[in-house]
Amino acid sequence: MKSRHKRIALIGGGLAAIGLAATLVLNALNSNIAFFVTPTEVAQGKAPQGQIFRIGGMVKEGSIRRDNLTVHFAITDTATAVPVVYTGILPDLFQEGKGAVAQGRINPDGTFTATEVLAKHDENYMPPEAQHAVDQAQKAQKTLKQ
Amino acid sequence: MIPELGHFALILAFFVALVQGVLPLVGAHKNRADWIAVARPATAATFLLVGVSFACLTWAFYVNDFSVEYVAGHSNTQLPLMYRLSAVWGGHEGSLLLWVFMLVGWAAAVAAFSRQLPAAMVARVLGVLGLVTVGLMAFVILTSNPFDRLMSPPAEGRSLNPLLQDPGLIYHPPLLYMGYVGMAVAYAFAMAALLAGQLDAAWARWSRPWTTVAWVFLTLGIALGSWWAYYELGWGGWWFWDPVENASFMPWLVATALIHSLAVTEKRGSFKNWTVLLAIAAFSLSLLGTFLVRSGVLTSVHAFATDPKRGLFILILLAIVVGASLLLFAARAPKVSLGGRFELVSRETFLLVNNVLLVVACGAVLLGTLYPLIVDAFGGGKISVGPPYFNAVFIPIMLPLLVLVALGPVARWKQADLPAMLKKLWPAAVVAVAAGIVLPMLAGKWHAYVALALALVGWMTAALVLQTIERFKAGSPTASWWGMQLAHFGLAVMVVGIAMVSTYEEERDVRMEPGETVSVGGHTFKFHGVRESRGPNYTADVGDFDVFLANGKFLRKLYPEKRDYDTSQMPMTEAAIDPGFTRDVYVSLAEPLSPDKENGPWAVRVYFKPFVGWIWGGSLLMALGGLLAAADRRYRIRAKSSSAVPAGAPA
Repeated sequence: MKSRHKRIALIGGGLAAIGLAATLVLNALNSNIAFFVTPTEVAQGKAPQGQIFRIGGMVKEGSIRRDNLTVHFAITDTATAVPVVYTGILPDLFQEGKGAVAQGRINPDGTFTATEVLAKHDENYMPPEAQHAVDQAQKAQKTLKQ
Repeated sequence: MIPELGHFALILAFFVALVQGVLPLVGAHKNRADWIAVARPATAATFLLVGVSFACLTWAFYVNDFSVEYVAGHSNTQLPLMYRLSAVWGGHEGSLLLWVFMLVGWAAAVAAFSRQLPAAMVARVLGVLGLVTVGLMAFVILTSNPFDRLMSPPAEGRSLNPLLQDPGLIYHPPLLYMGYVGMAVAYAFAMAALLAGQLDAAWARWSRPWTTVAWVFLTLGIALGSWWAYYELGWGGWWFWDPVENASFMPWLVATALIHSLAVTEKRGSFKNWTVLLAIAAFSLSLLGTFLVRSGVLTSVHAFATDPKRGLFILILLAIVVGASLLLFAARAPKVSLGGRFELVSRETFLLVNNVLLVVACGAVLLGTLYPLIVDAFGGGKISVGPPYFNAVFIPIMLPLLVLVALGPVARWKQADLPAMLKKLWPAAVVAVAAGIVLPMLAGKWHAYVALALALVGWMTAALVLQTIERFKAGSPTASWWGMQLAHFGLAVMVVGIAMVSTYEEERDVRMEPGETVSVGGHTFKFHGVRESRGPNYTADVGDFDVFLANGKFLRKLYPEKRDYDTSQMPMTEAAIDPGFTRDVYVSLAEPLSPDKENGPWAVRVYFKPFVGWIWGGSLLMALGGLLAAADRRYRIRAKSSSAVPAGAPA
């Protein structure tokens, strides 16, 4: 095989591989992204319908209610609270008044069915998404007052 | 007084490292033997000083000196000694000091075990390591000083995060850091070779054992981290595609590419530019990993309360390292010879494809990890990329690699005969088909995914046997050849574990009253309620379970715990696991479902995990293979001439 052919074969093979990988990546990225929506945005109807997304904020005080393995609670950004239903075992640090992030879908009745509740592993740590939601809500409240 | 001594030693070490970073490099450039000679003593002094500093911090933990802010934040009088000592690296400041300590440790090892290398080369390597040390030490001293004192020391410390009070803390961070930081050595060798304008087979030969050993540590560190997460986090998963896991996995992928590419550079003098780029990438990704872990920009199990200033500092350091290295590379690369030519079908090509696949896989992981940051930075809102993305991308990229593992080692350098290779390997293809059809049926249910994986395992394992027979015809193999075989076998073992556990695992979350049973994977668990028990610094609710086999025979008792640490609001789940060669059974207590903890119902999670242990067993075999390869006799033989090209290679 001539060296020119060899080079063309190598480059062609490389491009094909990269093209294939890029297709895989973009495809997978498209179908596996979860947007993050604050509870206030959920109340304003900005949540993507029928799609998986994440909400974050604080677990509202006094909102946890257990019904065997199904847990009802509310996630709040201090302005608005979204009722959440989750079946399964919650992470150790899931507590009222602490930050939490839940992933799932919104139901037509406005409740959020979570398929996953994110754990954090340090009491002093606040998930950045939860912090963001609370900051947003407090900023909005300040602008209202002025 | 002792903490001040530690702080002082650290600052002194900073200046000695500055000397280590500047004088030898300038000396090697100007050919001044006296400046070159500074490299070894300066490296030894840096190592000693950082060692003193590290010992001082350890002492502060040993005596629980709560006037030191870092100790007060991570220790406690009730904390058992073992965890008090490993708490030294249980937080941000101390873990960075450990990072620096390991870095100077690697440099000292290079200084000690490179007697056969030319003095100028050693000076350059140690010089580059010195500069890296300076950067990281500045980070520790300026932003994360572990010796900061408190004006009014508390009577009691805040103690260590309960999650970290586990033997995993003793082994996992040091091993992982050894691997991370070891990449700095591979990087330093590449930079030294670039600086000297001497990218040749000799450089690759010197760099190889160091790179391989760093890779071994990284492999062990990641595997132990995965195992720790499996038993400690109580979720029963072994890999979550968490940003911080990815942060350690990306350097591993590139380092794996690097050790294969170094083989080509050493044996054939080719791929030099590529090898240098990989060395730069591996170290840069280690730094990026540190940035991701330490800056808290991503939601992760490893993220701790953080300070944005710190993230910025590492980002700047990363920019300097990448920028300077690439500039140097751009200046020197055009002068590098291309090395031995090779045909389209040759071992070089197989290793090239291996490299492309590993780097593309790393790129895909990098994209998935950073994508949320990129989207957020451009105002696209906050998003997250889930594990399905990584599985969908990573697995298809890895499959061809598993096919090639069988082909590469039987291919000849320069020009291989594909029909002859296939003729040699056809029995492996038969084994592959048989394994793909039969083994999944033995496991219970035939499943396309597991059939494909087991067929590949059959292919790899049979090819390993055929390769060994073939190799013995040519005389008895070297240690490094055995190392390669062992590592490749480890890969096969790991694939078995991954395929089996992801296909056949069973998980059940159930509500259990005392006396009730639940079955999973042919094992039956009987719950006998919970009793309270007292540990050194916690109270635990201990669940009492009997495990029975499918035939009703009693297997053993399991005692999962739910702990409440005295110093923390945070309950801790301690899973109970019965490990086995072909399966683990796993039970963890979630929470009481009634106020009566002792006799009331509990939420319980049970798992059946077939072959999960093979994942870590496979990693261990890979690491052993790496050690065997690094121990090869030829690395210890003095290089005859610094630009030796192996016989038979065209100039």
